[in-house]
Amino acid sequence: MSSKDQLAVKNLHVGFQNKKSFTKIIDGINFSVKKGETLCIVGESGCGKSLTSLSIMGLLPKTGKVSEGEILFDGQDLTGLNEKQMSKIRGNEISMIFQEPMTSLNPVHKIGWQISESIVLHQKLSKKQAEEKAIDMLKLVGIPSPDKRIHQYPHELSGGMRQRVMIAMALSCNPKLLIADEPTTALDVTIQAQILELMNKLKTELHMSIIMITHDLGVVSEIADKVLVMYAGKVVEYSDVKTLFANPQHPYTQGLIESIPKLNEEQDELPIIKGSVPSPDEMPKGCRFSTRCPYATNACFNEVPPMISGEAGHQVHCWKYTECWEIVEKEGLIDAGMRETAAASQLIGS
Amino acid sequence: MVSFILRRLGLMVVILFIVSVIIFSLVNVLPGDPALLKLGQEASPEAVEKLRIEMGLNDPLYVQYFNWISNVIQGDLGRSYIDNTAVTEILKQKIPVTLQLTVISFFVAILIALPAGIISASRKGTLWDYSSTLFALSGVSIPPFFLGILLIFIFSIGLGWFPPSGYTPFWQDPMRSLMLMILPAITVGIRLSAELTRMLRSSLLEVLQSEYIRTGYAKGLREKGVIFKHALRNAMIPVITVSGLQVGSFLGGAVITETIFAVPGLGQLVVNSILTRDFPVVQGAVMFMAFAVVFINFTVDMLYSVLDPRIKLSGGAK
Amino acid sequence: MAQLQEATIKEVKVQSPRATMYMGMLKRFLQNKLAVVAGFFIVLLIGSALFAPAVAPYDPGAQDYTKIMNSPSAEHWMGTDEIGRDIFSRVIFGARVSLQAGLISVAIALGVGIPVGLIAGYYRGFLDEIIMRITDALLSFPSLVLALALAAVLGAGLENAMIAIGIVLTPNFIRLVRAEVLAHREREYVEAAKASGLRDWRVILVHIFPNTLAPMMVQATLAIASAIISEASLSYLGLGTQPPTPSWGAMLSAGQGYLADAPWIAIAPGIFIFLTVISINLFGDGVRDMLDPKLK
Repeated sequence: MSSKDQLAVKNLHVGFQNKKSFTKIIDGINFSVKKGETLCIVGESGCGKSLTSLSIMGLLPKTGKVSEGEILFDGQDLTGLNEKQMSKIRGNEISMIFQEPMTSLNPVHKIGWQISESIVLHQKLSKKQAEEKAIDMLKLVGIPSPDKRIHQYPHELSGGMRQRVMIAMALSCNPKLLIADEPTTALDVTIQAQILELMNKLKTELHMSIIMITHDLGVVSEIADKVLVMYAGKVVEYSDVKTLFANPQHPYTQGLIESIPKLNEEQDELPIIKGSVPSPDEMPKGCRFSTRCPYATNACFNEVPPMISGEAGHQVHCWKYTECWEIVEKEGLIDAGMRETAAASQLIGS
Repeated sequence: MVSFILRRLGLMVVILFIVSVIIFSLVNVLPGDPALLKLGQEASPEAVEKLRIEMGLNDPLYVQYFNWISNVIQGDLGRSYIDNTAVTEILKQKIPVTLQLTVISFFVAILIALPAGIISASRKGTLWDYSSTLFALSGVSIPPFFLGILLIFIFSIGLGWFPPSGYTPFWQDPMRSLMLMILPAITVGIRLSAELTRMLRSSLLEVLQSEYIRTGYAKGLREKGVIFKHALRNAMIPVITVSGLQVGSFLGGAVITETIFAVPGLGQLVVNSILTRDFPVVQGAVMFMAFAVVFINFTVDMLYSVLDPRIKLSGGAK
Repeated sequence: MAQLQEATIKEVKVQSPRATMYMGMLKRFLQNKLAVVAGFFIVLLIGSALFAPAVAPYDPGAQDYTKIMNSPSAEHWMGTDEIGRDIFSRVIFGARVSLQAGLISVAIALGVGIPVGLIAGYYRGFLDEIIMRITDALLSFPSLVLALALAAVLGAGLENAMIAIGIVLTPNFIRLVRAEVLAHREREYVEAAKASGLRDWRVILVHIFPNTLAPMMVQATLAIASAIISEASLSYLGLGTQPPTPSWGAMLSAGQGYLADAPWIAIAPGIFIFLTVISINLFGDGVRDMLDPKLK
């Protein structure tokens, strides 16, 4: 891990433990976020992107468990911390905002109280000082007449305003990392753009790192520095944002990008990715996308694809870019020698 | 908000009117001639008839109702057939006793229900949860008179901690007054606490699923902070509404408990005056109880809008 | 006639999925072990009550002055009372009173509550308004006080106590049925039935009433429990079942005076009321979960 990494996730495995069995949802993912950088985690619902963010926050549901791997925040492994240590980090050094601004704020408390709560909690300010800070924060996120707003209840604000309140709340203790789980999904398109603009502005002003969870590539192009594409609990592609849009490698990423409507081209029909995500118990042994991949061969079904790196940290997990692909495609079989060749392959032309 | 209160007040008046009609008709079909009761069995038929006319008992029922209710509105509830004391005087003596009992019982109920409900919801599926669920189920299933008798058997007769029955006014001997009140208060309070525990548990479980609870954790609050600052108030909203509706059964529990423990309150008064057919006292006491229930329900409705800021808006918008 | 045949054919068709639905419900109920145990106790109690003369070892009224206030023994499982009667036999016979009171009071409440609730909910308007205000007023009385007053008006005795308790329970059923009707009356199938020219009472009985059954079963079960407590309370206060008929409430009341010397006189019937009521409540919870697992 480089010293500039704010967060580094290494070989993370997460799943749900019920009485007898352990259902693994996230299967060995790796990524890192540098200081001041924005990482977008993209994928369909159920691919484990929200679970990843909850693992970082230590807010997994009761049955959820990190079974393997490390989450290094400022070099400290968060998975080893107890509840008390974790609560000192949450809302203070790592903050989170959620998808539903309508239901993420407590309906029976005034918003000023809700913002100052975490300020009092982490910064040991008096209530009065915290309230002043809350007003400043509301000003920062662009809420007009904040001194009046702090006396209002959440139901008196619009959805966009509430999401701004959530952001103000999350930023009130100057976190080093902000995790945003689909923060604009529930909002109108115009409001979405405003919120993204606000986040971009605040990122530069406050010099924090952001992890943005989204399924919307439009959002990614607005805000991301780096992108992690997830499919069924695994990373399929990891790259900086320009490379990803200019030169997507994984068939899944390509499918995602193709399915964005383009204004300048005439399209009769949007291409879609056929099929649906397999459930955990019918997951193919090999590449998890193989059941929907147009290029899939027998080998893809049976053998986990290696990670192939290219320039500028571009990574893709796919047999198609291994040096032995031609043989793989023809034979549908993989032997030990090919595995070695494959693992040593380099991504060309990215 | 004002129109909401006014509408609610109007409704209350209508209900109180119907309540008074029900009480009046109940008492007027009670068997036994009030005039005969008042004069005693040996009175001559002429004297009884004379008194009937004097008491207005031969008037049509609606006239009798009108006379009665206009007196009631002026604060005159009539006089006891037994000893001719004004009913209002009797009520004045009895109400503080029952009030003391119900207030202490209410505290007992809250003291048990709050921790039991919270522990049970936050430790769902553990032994704590099962025990408090079992407690709640037993609490609503045990008849108050059996609970009262069991308590007397264990704590008075067995352990000798508390006197078995009786009453001492608080200002005469506070210590003895409280000692006498504890068992009756537990008897009345257990049932309410069982109901509250049940409701609080299910309400909290639902609230704890909310997204603002997750927000609370994301802020860095610990479980205690999340439950007390964020979950409890939201969870109390439905609990308070439903417990408002329990006031009636709460007072009903007081009626039988007062009889068991010989507490000279409203409940004992109602039972005794029904048994002795002392109509004006029955009317007065039952009327007071029903009014108390209606009034408390009204207050709970108001409290509800204080607890839940969303209510105000919808009330004011109309 | 043709229409009738069509209707019968439809009935037949839905039968098999319905049968599987019932199987599923039964399975869910059997999973709730406490409810099953409770059900078993209730069946045992009903059996003993029905065959009380055969089950009870002694005549419940037979006094034996040589055995006054004997403590529980092999001969008298629950001891004897202040005039030497066998308490176990009296408890068994007392079950008759309690079960009867529970069932009949609730039957009365259902008999009045269902039609009134259906009418109020279906016709709405002024009639509904009056009915609802009267139920509001009735619910403003502490239920025991109202039952007490009614029992006093009607005169002491088991029958009158059951009528009084039935009346007290009625408003709850009116409210429940009305709320269910309101929830269903705007649904498409009711609109369709009305549009096809069916008479009001047919719409109510055929299309609305069946939908109210599930919540009503749950409410009725729980009401039986509270009716049993109410009857015992009235008997305890002397306004319910009259001696010499043994009833749990009156036994408790009589036994209270002997708590120090012969606690079993009061405690035995008390435990039976408690077990009966808790079993019915558990059974009711089981029925509720069986009918709608979401309500849990």
